[in-house]
Amino acid sequence: MSDQTNQQNKPNLERRELIKSLATVPVFGLFLVNLWRKMRRDALKKSNLLSDLIQEKSAPAVISGLSDSRHLNLGIIGYGGRGSHLIRGAGFATKGWTDTVSENARKNKLDKQFKTYMTQEDLNCSLVGVCDLFDVRAEQAIDASKNETRPGAKPKSTAVRYRHYTELLANDDIDAVIVATPDHWHSRITIDAAKAGKHVYCEKGLTRTFDEAVKVYDTVKETGIKLQLGHQNRQVEANEKAKNIIDQGLLGPINLIEIATNRNSPWGAWVWDIHPQGNAKTIDWDTFQEPCSNKIPWGDGKEALRRFFRWRCWFDYGTGLSGDLFSHDFDAINQIMEIGIPKYASSTGGIYYYTKERNPEYDRDVPDVWNATFEYPDKNLTLLYSATLSSNNPRGNRIMGHDASMQMGGQSGGGSVHGFVVTADSESTQYKDRLKSGIINPNYPIYTYSPGSKQVDGVTSATSRYFANKGLLYTYREGKRVDPTHLHIKDWLDSIRNDGTPKCNVEVAFHEAVTCAMATESYKTGRRVEWDPINRKLI
Amino acid sequence: MRNFDSAIIKDKCQLYGLVTLRVLIGWHFLYEGISKLINPYWSSAAYLLDSKWLLSGLATTIVSNPTLLGISDYVNMWGLTLVGASLLLGLFSRFGTLAGMVLVLLYYLFAPPLLGLEYARPGEGSYLIVNKNLIEACALWVIYLFPTSHIIGLDRFCVKPKSN
Repeated sequence: MSDQTNQQNKPNLERRELIKSLATVPVFGLFLVNLWRKMRRDALKKSNLLSDLIQEKSAPAVISGLSDSRHLNLGIIGYGGRGSHLIRGAGFATKGWTDTVSENARKNKLDKQFKTYMTQEDLNCSLVGVCDLFDVRAEQAIDASKNETRPGAKPKSTAVRYRHYTELLANDDIDAVIVATPDHWHSRITIDAAKAGKHVYCEKGLTRTFDEAVKVYDTVKETGIKLQLGHQNRQVEANEKAKNIIDQGLLGPINLIEIATNRNSPWGAWVWDIHPQGNAKTIDWDTFQEPCSNKIPWGDGKEALRRFFRWRCWFDYGTGLSGDLFSHDFDAINQIMEIGIPKYASSTGGIYYYTKERNPEYDRDVPDVWNATFEYPDKNLTLLYSATLSSNNPRGNRIMGHDASMQMGGQSGGGSVHGFVVTADSESTQYKDRLKSGIINPNYPIYTYSPGSKQVDGVTSATSRYFANKGLLYTYREGKRVDPTHLHIKDWLDSIRNDGTPKCNVEVAFHEAVTCAMATESYKTGRRVEWDPINRKLI
Repeated sequence: MRNFDSAIIKDKCQLYGLVTLRVLIGWHFLYEGISKLINPYWSSAAYLLDSKWLLSGLATTIVSNPTLLGISDYVNMWGLTLVGASLLLGLFSRFGTLAGMVLVLLYYLFAPPLLGLEYARPGEGSYLIVNKNLIEACALWVIYLFPTSHIIGLDRFCVKPKSN
């Protein structure tokens, strides 16, 4: 009887056993159902919203190879801080620099500067000529030309120093020149180089005055040389993505753009170091101020040295915030939205923090707080620029549309140094239904672009971070960190070899030069400046 | 029914309570893991970069080495997913519980909310020494001490209970 009962109970027991073993499997099923629903909902949201862009996001731009590897000989005119960076972009760095950055990489594993330099492409060129008015810098350029610690093959030649740029231009072996002098020399050297048949990479701002801009434009067009203006933001992937989004109308009508500069250090306000070896014997002061109407005698050398090493502080040599920093942000917006030259420009500002009273070393005549307004009536658009050199508030740039806004820059942390976010407007017409149904929430971004989010950067100094946030130090290609300056030099050399058009060519360079000149003119005269495109004049 | 093979689990209510705790933690781990697996841009770098205290040096070493960072990402994504599935289904739960404890304790130790430590990333609560990672690690410890998967779970197929 007992055996019978046991046998009858056995299936029951086995069933109960099975139920207990599998009791949590339905919970697992519930999990999978909910996971599938969530994934489906997320996918629907994306496809409803930005499907084309999401697809594009997974296929980032790639670096094109050199289609024609003709060897090119380069000359550098002006091997200062920026000039040395540009020459590194071409693959030549001083031994002092490569030693320092390799040591930094050894001490700080997050510092990728050395690796980024050593893994950049060999552009198959030589640095054969150098012209700098300061002996120390000229020697450094020669050192860079022969340093074997470089990406690619060993250098083919050692640069020759020329005392005057005209001598360098007379060298027929030189195919192209990089002009990284102070702005007051840009137009003269660029025009003479173009007439000598040399291709030109000119640092921004293109020129110091409006008249110079017209002359440079006409000469470049007449001679047919390849001019690249030094706005390396043209190579920044984030700007290309931003352009895609705006071109597709995802922001709706755009009537206001705000761009900004914030820095908060003497270095950021161009109070740069005076080189201890700078003196009347090592600096060719007369040649430096050759194009200037306001000649400063060397005297005891104090003022001359300040002006030589901190030239951005004076309108005699540059245009202050206009040509140095506004020009970058303007060109980025021109790249993204192709806004061109404004109809009207007006600007105001002053020297409010870096006064001589605060510190005699702050001597200058360019403003440290500067605001400019640019009107584009034919585009129903106003561009606002505001800058301060005494606050680090990370405002970033904002493109404000009726349907959505794009916030660019001003982001950091986790390797996301120069991305942007797009957020829908709560009163948007285009997204009205999706806002109502809750598919879009105006409190959260509908699109976020964070290049290199799987990468980690050792960008540490406040100044480096400023440039990185603007996308001017690093960009990403296929998830790999690349210096946009290198890409910009490469783009220029590719254009020379393939008879192509550089990304920051003479047309957009002219937009930059005229826009900056209009704003500078307005600041100096205190009146609104109008652009007459028919007669190519400022009114 | 009162005598479970784990003599320390005295009654049904205790058993159901422990199973519920195991399943909920499993669910949490599983989704944490899968959400990282399906996000191509996820990386442990941001968390590690914000590391403070004893393990911050190790965190920097991991982040600065792409291979180590890759391993860290892989271990996190798959570790969380497998631990989650293990706890939820009650399969190899003893190993799953231990691995889960190690993972959440590491999360705690890489960024403990101790006095004087400030973190850049935004937190979703207010913590002083004790945070949710520490509590989840302790909950897993309880689950390890009071195993239930061989009573309710797939482990039952592997280990025969003494009586039922």
